[in-house]
Amino acid sequence: MTAGLFNMTIARITARALFGRRRFLLLLPLPALLVGLAVLADSLGARPADWVDPVIVGLGLGVVLPVVALVVGTGVLGSEMDDGTLAHILAKPLPRREIIFSKLVVAVLVTAVTVGVPLYAVGVLAGSSRLGVGLVVGATLGSVAYSALFVALSLLTRRPVLLGLIYVLVWEGLLTNLLTSTRVLSIQQYVLAVADRVAKSDLLTGNVSLAVSLAMAFIFAAGATLLAIDRLRSFSVVGETS
Amino acid sequence: MSAISATAVQQQGVSLQGVSKWYGNVVAVNDITMSLGPGVTGLLGPNGAGKTTVLHMMAGFLAPSRGEVLVGGAPAWRNPSVYSGLGLVSEREAVHGFLTGWEFVLASAKLHRLADPAAAARRAIDLVEMAEAQHRRLDTYSKGMRQRIRVATALVHYPSVLLLDEPFNGMDPRQRMHMMDLLHEMGAQGRTVLFSSHILEEVEQVSGTVQVIVAGRLAASGDYRTIRRLMTHRPHVFTIRSSDDRGLAVALMRESTVAGVELDATGGLTVRAGDYGTFTRALPKVALSERIRVQRLLPTDESLESVFSYLVGAS
Repeated sequence: MTAGLFNMTIARITARALFGRRRFLLLLPLPALLVGLAVLADSLGARPADWVDPVIVGLGLGVVLPVVALVVGTGVLGSEMDDGTLAHILAKPLPRREIIFSKLVVAVLVTAVTVGVPLYAVGVLAGSSRLGVGLVVGATLGSVAYSALFVALSLLTRRPVLLGLIYVLVWEGLLTNLLTSTRVLSIQQYVLAVADRVAKSDLLTGNVSLAVSLAMAFIFAAGATLLAIDRLRSFSVVGETS
Repeated sequence: MSAISATAVQQQGVSLQGVSKWYGNVVAVNDITMSLGPGVTGLLGPNGAGKTTVLHMMAGFLAPSRGEVLVGGAPAWRNPSVYSGLGLVSEREAVHGFLTGWEFVLASAKLHRLADPAAAARRAIDLVEMAEAQHRRLDTYSKGMRQRIRVATALVHYPSVLLLDEPFNGMDPRQRMHMMDLLHEMGAQGRTVLFSSHILEEVEQVSGTVQVIVAGRLAASGDYRTIRRLMTHRPHVFTIRSSDDRGLAVALMRESTVAGVELDATGGLTVRAGDYGTFTRALPKVALSERIRVQRLLPTDESLESVFSYLVGAS
């Protein structure tokens, strides 16, 4: 068996299925809101130092990035599990890592583009293209870690969207702000640290060191991917009545 | 993961050794041992008997709770390499509606890493006679067309083992006939074809060998005609209402096929007959010669479940 890692046929079908779902349209208002708020703040004459933290960090990195990653990440695999179309791909002599990896690539690319473009725009608006680039690099790293996590969640639970939302809103959003010690287990903090380092801007302040962020993001992504591959090997078709 | 060759699948077919599957306290499949060789085999049983569970275990989509499921001598579970010699047409007809039939079959051929995916896809589509509609989107297909295109994707790599779950569901008679021919042909080529059905007549027309599953157990197994005989020679019970119940009862008792007649307290009579066809042909003649009008004839206990449970008792 030739052991490939990326399968173009799977990726193409996955992408078409993703864009064809109505759920995908839900993603558009979020980036639009992000850009809209930034433009509004800027046109009202607010100083970037006042609105970067709530709009870019709070909304952009704290909500838009993880929620887009959640919808896409659970869409590339979870939706096909729900409607049963996954069986067509599973009934092929393909290494399961190839299926997971191909779907992950689609999820990462779609998330990175959907979130990266508006983040770059608001970064330029707030400071410089350097800030924009920093946000894009951070968001790309975040896309990888979040996508791997949410793809794995779709195989671990029947309610991946709910659990993903709890992770994003309760763990990253609430607990991390209250208990600073949990920051080291928050993808959002890695994104912020990397964006801060690349942007070299006073407007962003990372809380976790760059080395820890990169290492932890890698551990999240690799661990979740391996877990997903193993779960897919043992994927059981849900019991039917007949 | 142990890689297996397509020839191994053809030689060794599918075998189940003491296979059970349970979900919590519910036993879906109970200690089934069977082996399938070349040719067409029908997996017969009433709804809920565990046919789909058996097929899914053979296809590596479910882990047996106990026992061994081997395809070509290798375990089906957690072993994607079995799919190079196995094709599955599941009952659930989930497809990506945005794909055309051609794209769907071609994608399948590519995922099997066939040397010439386009040629393989064309051949499979021709085999199921879907060339005309192949460039239409799947969501415009009728149920029968969707079924055929799904068979094409399962056939695209010419598997040695083909598993089909209720393949005739939703097909019109012509499509049904064509599908039966196709299965025959596959079996004649030395492939192992297993299809499930809850309809006796479907199995009769396609396969010589039958595995009957009732309530998760293998109730009967072997030549179709033997099983059919068991089924037709069981007693049949009818209730009849007529213009002269007592007179009809006397006349019917003279018929050799009738084993017993009972007058019901509320009017009418219950007849036990040995053979369905002989009795239903004899009744009108008897009624005519006795000048008795039959107002109602009801076969009771003709549900498939009762046929199957009779089989369980007989085997």
